[in-house]
Amino acid sequence: MGDSTNPVAAQYVLGLADDALVYAQRLGEWISRGPQIEEDMALANIGLDLLGQARALLTRVGELDGTGRSEDDLAYFRDEREFRNVHLVEQERAGFGFEMARLLWFSSYQCELYAALRASTDEVLAGVAEKALKEVDYHRDHATQWVLRLGDGTTESHERMQQGLRDVLPYLAELFDDDPASVAAAESGLGVLPSSLHDAAVGHVTKVVAEATLELPTETRWRSRGGREGVHSRPMGYLLAELQHLARSHPGAQW
Amino acid sequence: MTDVMTTSGVLAQGIADIPDPEVPVVTIEDLGILRHLVVDEGRRHVEVTITPTYSGCPAMDVIERHIAHVAAHAGYTCDIRTRLSPAWTTDWMSERGRDRLREFGIAPPPGHHVVPDGAVPVSLQRRQVACPQCGSTDTEEVARFGSTACKALRRCRACREPFDEFKTL
Repeated sequence: MGDSTNPVAAQYVLGLADDALVYAQRLGEWISRGPQIEEDMALANIGLDLLGQARALLTRVGELDGTGRSEDDLAYFRDEREFRNVHLVEQERAGFGFEMARLLWFSSYQCELYAALRASTDEVLAGVAEKALKEVDYHRDHATQWVLRLGDGTTESHERMQQGLRDVLPYLAELFDDDPASVAAAESGLGVLPSSLHDAAVGHVTKVVAEATLELPTETRWRSRGGREGVHSRPMGYLLAELQHLARSHPGAQW
Repeated sequence: MTDVMTTSGVLAQGIADIPDPEVPVVTIEDLGILRHLVVDEGRRHVEVTITPTYSGCPAMDVIERHIAHVAAHAGYTCDIRTRLSPAWTTDWMSERGRDRLREFGIAPPPGHHVVPDGAVPVSLQRRQVACPQCGSTDTEEVARFGSTACKALRRCRACREPFDEFKTL
């Protein structure tokens, strides 16, 4: 299963793994910062699911790229330019409305992604997708419930939720960009084209936003891109410092 | 659901009876985490296949160590594989497991999981879950995520007790 190397496929899987890993790290920051303790638990649990997905995917990357690197090698000992996650997940934690907008979009994207990847020619990837689909379906439902509650809530909650939707907009296009690694992965049957996930993901978000009496913003003067080539935005370095410093300060430490 | 092909029933039973570290009233067999178990008497070796309830479930490492310990204690070497596909579902939970959860104060998974196909009704949710203390279905959800990845938190409006619910997956 893991004896044939395929560096291009590894790049594709690395993008999926880093999306999950970096967003897990951001969601963990909500512990003790949520609007209620139940929400601390919820976002931590969602982060834990994503971390589990990232671990399985990173392990697969180490097999596919032929380096034999472990999940820990990949998570803790790569520099910023070697990470392949989209900018959406690395953005700093802002208000709760922003987080629910980000989670609704990201989980809607991941639902379509994992649903399609169940048919991957890579047995490991198909297995991760089948497992993860059930998890991200619950995440999407959680975000949906909040967007409905806040959007169709008070004037204040409505406006904050609306602002959240506006604030994530510049980071959405990159989720559905067909970068070279995903094109190659889709051609081989291992991956799927991100652009093919666009309509279904937008469809869900559109339905939720309408039901929540909100408006889906579409006009943006700029779009943030470059994560799949390893070019990241300002918050990424700080995130990695927090994620990696312990493992790098004490190489080989066990706990 | 678990295949048990063995001449050493004691070892197989010892592994099947390993309690879940988070919910110790149920075993890994009750939960359907234990998928396959083969004991090779000649080589004094046991092969075990387990599947996680959730991708990031931290209990898996503890369960693996426990299996290795039970095998070693019986004088066997062991090989533990983690299998993701087919993905774990609460449908694999045994009736005994469900009864034990209920006696422990955790509502067992109420329904059967429906694989998401994209057509999701958008609405605030209403589900019926019976209180494990008094049996009333007049219960409400307090939090969709509970003390572990596999549970949610509810409250009974009849007897006023809060309780954990094992989420249907």
